[in-house]
Amino acid sequence: MNFQTTIGLEVHVELKTNSKIYSPSPVDFGDQPNANTNVIDWGYPGVLPTLNKGVVRDGIMAGLALHAQIAHHMHFDRKNYFYPDNPKAYQITQSDTPIAHDGWIEIEVDGKKKKIGIAEMHIEEDAGKNTHTSKYSYVDLNRQGTPLIEIVSKPDIASPDEAVAYLEALRQRIQFTGISDVKMEEGSMRVDTNISIRPVGSDKFGTKTEMKNINSFNYVRKALAFEEKRHQQVLMSGGHIAQETRRYDEPTGTTVSMRTKEGADDYRYFPEPDIPDLNVSDDWIKEIEGEMPEMPGERRKHYVDDLGLSDYDAMVLTQTKEMSDFFEAAVKDGGDPKRVANYLMNDVNSYLNDKHIDLPDTKLTPANLAGMVKLIDDGTISSKMAKKVFKGILAGEEPQAYAKEHGLVQLSDPAQLQPIVDDVLANNAQSIEDFKNGKDRAVGYLMGQIMKQTRGKANPQVVTQLLMKSLKAK
Amino acid sequence: MMASKITKQQVEHVAELAKLEFPKDELGKFTTQLGSIIDMFEDLTAVDTDGVEPMTSATDRVNVMREDKAVKATKEETEALLKNAPDEDGGYIRVPVIIDESEDGE
Repeated sequence: MNFQTTIGLEVHVELKTNSKIYSPSPVDFGDQPNANTNVIDWGYPGVLPTLNKGVVRDGIMAGLALHAQIAHHMHFDRKNYFYPDNPKAYQITQSDTPIAHDGWIEIEVDGKKKKIGIAEMHIEEDAGKNTHTSKYSYVDLNRQGTPLIEIVSKPDIASPDEAVAYLEALRQRIQFTGISDVKMEEGSMRVDTNISIRPVGSDKFGTKTEMKNINSFNYVRKALAFEEKRHQQVLMSGGHIAQETRRYDEPTGTTVSMRTKEGADDYRYFPEPDIPDLNVSDDWIKEIEGEMPEMPGERRKHYVDDLGLSDYDAMVLTQTKEMSDFFEAAVKDGGDPKRVANYLMNDVNSYLNDKHIDLPDTKLTPANLAGMVKLIDDGTISSKMAKKVFKGILAGEEPQAYAKEHGLVQLSDPAQLQPIVDDVLANNAQSIEDFKNGKDRAVGYLMGQIMKQTRGKANPQVVTQLLMKSLKAK
Repeated sequence: MMASKITKQQVEHVAELAKLEFPKDELGKFTTQLGSIIDMFEDLTAVDTDGVEPMTSATDRVNVMREDKAVKATKEETEALLKNAPDEDGGYIRVPVIIDESEDGE
């Protein structure tokens, strides 16, 4: 029997607003535990949450980036559950009236393009963070109230590969809006999956299993592939799939059933009385639309059509917004696009990979990269010298000053080089004879002598010109 | 009195969800009382609400928002909050060890 797979994904994205969604506490991690909390975050009696306008704005922007319909009237809902990381014993979320609905993004798998629908997208608050020892658990509420958007796909995803392609496309679009870092390793993007299978041709969905908080794209692919196969094996042997939450076990590459409590999902939602209803005007939506940064696709087109890059270069440079922004800033600062692109894709990327860091973690600036590229283009430094200057600009040095200070400046002035050429020729009569007899090797030897005399600083192009002219005149 | 609106099992379930504990012999009393409350709401269904939009807020104010500006608590304020915690350790709220992680990350 052949089966078809249906996957739905729920993605939580943490917004990088200045303050929390319902309280003015800063959104800032890595601070002292509980330093970024106040009475609202702690759920004190009598406090009143107030909605952060920036979160609504970011939610609308995300909706627009995902081609979704923005809700004009919405309210918030209270989702009740007890847990130590959630001091109010409820989460203020949107259940009835999500901020956006019915969107889509395009994915490409094996050269085939496909649109994946987005059912809805809502804004809500994150919970605090627990750490555990064998005796106690420790609660840090700094994350409590951090704004999240939850993006719920339609069950349009037909394979683990499509699931990962969807996540990559989603991450890229959200990242380019600038509202979130969307980094799985830092928890600013979290993925829950639903998967079911049914016999090909059947119009009734099979029973689905859920997996929560899988922490890398690679594990999402592996976990879904394992589940897909497990469902097939269970059904083929006449068994039934139990509707349950499972956990991906990284060391064994398998999924295991998690204990599920009876009635645990009874959240008793009701309209949130502390947040008044919200109306969003067309004018506000238009204003946000006007602030929408260029999406990766538009940027790629610009790089290829206007800046003369290859499709491949444009694709590599738009993998992250950081890289793409950096490239554009360096080109704006006067760097030749192709040369800037090559530096970013090769030297810079391999440096970042070596050190396991991201572009903003370095001291490299677009202005300094552009400056170095200009020095190469105008012949001030050779490509060999550029390797050393590159180390300087990685450490935050200004390229021109660095090159001067370290003697990394090419001799390009013919008036200075001609006497050296003459001198070398005067001492190498045999080479001149060889050249006249058609031995091209002689030129290389003479070049070497000149470079030696200038300690490698002579501009090879200028030297070649001067040398050939002088040789022909002999 | 129509006490059949809610069963004893449902009352036990609601009590469990609300983390409420009470002696078993009071279950009957609470079931009757909750039944009366539901009956009262039943009375309200007699009102004709055709064409009335569902109400989601008791205030007539809309669009109450603040600008996205962060205000960090002072050290004293944070200390005062931690003082109210049942137990504290190095700035963390210390609680009995949590075994069930299934709801984490809501």
